[in-house]
Amino acid sequence: MVTTVDTAPLLEMSGIRKSFPGVQALSDVSLRLHRGEVLALMGENGAGKSTLIKTLGGAHQPESGTIVIDGSPVDLSSPMAAIAAGIGVIYQEFNLIPALTAWENIFLGREQTGLFVDRSAERKRAAALFERLGVDVPLDIPSRQLSIAQQQLVEIAKALSQDVRILVMDEPSAALTPQEVDKLFAIIRELRSQGIGIVYISHRLDEIFEIADTITVLRDGQHAGDAPTSEMTRQQLIELMVGRSIENEFPKHPAEIGDSRLVISGLCRGSTVKNVSFDVRRGEVLGLTGLVGAGRTDVVRLIFGADTRDGGQITLDGKALNIRSPRDAIRAGVCLLTEDRKSQGLVLCRSVRENFGLPSVRHLSAFGVMQQRQERTAFSAFVDSLSIRIPHQEQPARNLSGGNQQKVVLAKWLQVNAKVLIFDEPTRGIDVGAKHEIYQLMNDLTAQGKSIIMISSELPEVLGMSDRILVMHEGRISGEISDVPTTTQEELIKLAIN
Amino acid sequence: MNDSKPLRWKALANDYGMVLVLLILIAAFSVLTLERQSSTGSDAGRVVARNIIAAHGTSGTVVVVAGLKPPDERFLREAKEALEAGGVTVAAIVGGKPADARRTIERVLLEGHSIDAIAATGDAAKWSIYDRFESVGSNKCVSAAPALWPTFAKSENVLNVANQTAIYAIIAIGMTMVIITAGIDLSVGSLVALAAVATAVFIRDVGEGTQTGTGLMIAGCCVGIGVCALAGIFNGAMITRLGIPPFITTLAMMLMARGLARRLSNELSIQALPASFTWIGGDTTFGIPNPVILMITLYGIAHIVMSRTVFGRYVYAVGGNAEAARLSGVPVKRVIVIVYTLCGALAGLGGIVQASKLGSGDPKLGLMFELDVIAAVVVGGTSLMGGEGRIFGTLIGAFIIAVIKNGMNLMKVGAPEQQIVLGAVVLLAVLVDTLKRRGTAS
Repeated sequence: MVTTVDTAPLLEMSGIRKSFPGVQALSDVSLRLHRGEVLALMGENGAGKSTLIKTLGGAHQPESGTIVIDGSPVDLSSPMAAIAAGIGVIYQEFNLIPALTAWENIFLGREQTGLFVDRSAERKRAAALFERLGVDVPLDIPSRQLSIAQQQLVEIAKALSQDVRILVMDEPSAALTPQEVDKLFAIIRELRSQGIGIVYISHRLDEIFEIADTITVLRDGQHAGDAPTSEMTRQQLIELMVGRSIENEFPKHPAEIGDSRLVISGLCRGSTVKNVSFDVRRGEVLGLTGLVGAGRTDVVRLIFGADTRDGGQITLDGKALNIRSPRDAIRAGVCLLTEDRKSQGLVLCRSVRENFGLPSVRHLSAFGVMQQRQERTAFSAFVDSLSIRIPHQEQPARNLSGGNQQKVVLAKWLQVNAKVLIFDEPTRGIDVGAKHEIYQLMNDLTAQGKSIIMISSELPEVLGMSDRILVMHEGRISGEISDVPTTTQEELIKLAIN
Repeated sequence: MNDSKPLRWKALANDYGMVLVLLILIAAFSVLTLERQSSTGSDAGRVVARNIIAAHGTSGTVVVVAGLKPPDERFLREAKEALEAGGVTVAAIVGGKPADARRTIERVLLEGHSIDAIAATGDAAKWSIYDRFESVGSNKCVSAAPALWPTFAKSENVLNVANQTAIYAIIAIGMTMVIITAGIDLSVGSLVALAAVATAVFIRDVGEGTQTGTGLMIAGCCVGIGVCALAGIFNGAMITRLGIPPFITTLAMMLMARGLARRLSNELSIQALPASFTWIGGDTTFGIPNPVILMITLYGIAHIVMSRTVFGRYVYAVGGNAEAARLSGVPVKRVIVIVYTLCGALAGLGGIVQASKLGSGDPKLGLMFELDVIAAVVVGGTSLMGGEGRIFGTLIGAFIIAVIKNGMNLMKVGAPEQQIVLGAVVLLAVLVDTLKRRGTAS
């Protein structure tokens, strides 16, 4: 794609400043987007990406700076003003009403009314929009029954129905399968060819190099640099984001792999998990991958007792376990770091200290009374060793950035001192620096002889950090790879698709 | 880095905020109810004695006169002691009605004494009986100068407020725990009646009515509390095992428990209770009403349970995010059942205190209590969304409501107006909570 640098930019933001109590979120940030260009907005968590796109969406008002669209300055004082200016923002959390159908959601608030809503006209227009995108979305079922990818398409269609010229997408690929990401990219290319400018945010570097024309990097609320994608290497991009050089994206130190530790045999549950058997050894990182919905999370939830299994045995260090609840699993020495931190990993309204101590209250209490000093000391040790950035231990978990929340969850499970740690997408939505720290931690854990099961959709991560890989397809294990270093992503995809 | 001071101060400010509101209310009602108090009580007794000794020296003969109220008793006791210590002859002391005073003075005169002075409380000095005796006359009455003092802040009134709040506050402990788990318990008002009736029926039928011994009476109270705890277990089981929302489960229990109380009692107030049954609700220890002592003790225990124990940690975690709590090894269902059981048992205890206060087991007790109790919890800063709230906040909340009610009573505000004000107070409390939440979310 040729970027049209010589023509006037579609969008030009310059000198944008925004502060929140105690934080300078953006200082003097500028951004330039052309017609028919895909701009990747990159940066670690807390770098100011969200604030910048919320400014663009009219949700935040900057303290100073100008926003110029097509040569004329605009005042984005509200989300409505942003829509009127031709800007559509698709946030990570979708804004769909679950009970309404796709087309009802698309025209929500802009119903074409006479005396009544002209339902058939709206439905037809929605169908036309999806046709323009080249996709097939069921029109007449409640949105809650649509898949994540389909809901995202509804959001895109909604933006298109408002005649957007600038489309902002915040982590659109986070919850999509590789095929769905491919489809999304096809749509993005189509929109690009129609002259729409796209701002694309993602933590997945592979995607950026595949889809973006130019890259703008933010660091600590400041403009850290920009360049056409063709002129930037992966290494340069990481260094721009982190602000220092990271030598190896996946710093794997293989530990000495010992005997079989956790043995799973004949695990099954309904149609999601079918007769799954495998083992994990001492000191080993077992990668578990496959498409979203292949049953990876379902398998580990059964091992952890979060769901009830229809059948199958779980043996730990030669002892058969009767796990019927997460409580049983934790006592036996198995823990699960869930995929969704906010809804499953943390009690957001409580302090980080309370969250930290929750699974290990047995060791942090005497006769039913919490030993708060002991708890504080134990947590302090993790705050230092994991370099968790919190002002104090009574800070509610809600107020932390994604990376720090993940570290609190990690600290919470490390305190349990489990023998087997199951990490479900441990680096999802986490910036490069924190990712690196989590990989180092995995090395430390395996060096101590602990066993790790790591679920991940990011194939480079699976290949970079696993000692052995299991691939799942439709509830079964479709392949096992012992010789990881010689394996390619394509081979994994082949096994995942089967 | 891990200094936990800043937030402690903030938390303290949050708590103080509620205490501050309470103090402002107390100050406001104190000013508004400031009036001349009739002089009685032990202080007045001492003053009167001192004045009499100053006027008549130590050789006089005195009659001490007062009314029937508890402060009058203290007046009599203190005046007599002080007068006798000063060498004055106290010919008689009278605590009663004007007629009693007249008869006593008659008797004293008949016995041949002359009366030099009458030590009287402010009220008693206004009686007209003294002028019926030529040798006495009301000019011989000595009483202490009336003091300017808020009716609201009189020790009787303060104890009265505390005593009336105690039952609501005790039940509100359980309600606070329930609401922290993001639940609600509408059945507490009916459980008050059920406990009162069950206890009374047990004492009447299993014990020997008014002749029942202490052992069987205590057993009766345990039955009352136990029945309500069972109702709580039932609530908890319906919610956790069958997934019925707390609102519906406890609404059903509210109806069933009230019906059961009415059936058990045949819709009659049961009064065949021993005199000693009124100890817990009607008696005092060291001058403090027993329900108040019970309330303070329970709040102390509940505070420790909620802030220091594993169970308390679990309750907050379940309310904040039940799924995250479960995946952290918290026995969520067990915690919820225990919380509803405690709430039921505490409602039962409240019912027994109420029955004891009134000396009867009445199926109409506790009507609408659930609403007052929920209001106390909400005003106390506990969020209906769950996960947040403090036990002592609820105590403050209960007192804020009680003080407003009492203050308005003293100012002779009518009941309808009081309801309007209380409704506004609840709304205001929730508004403050909402604003605070919005403040922390951004």
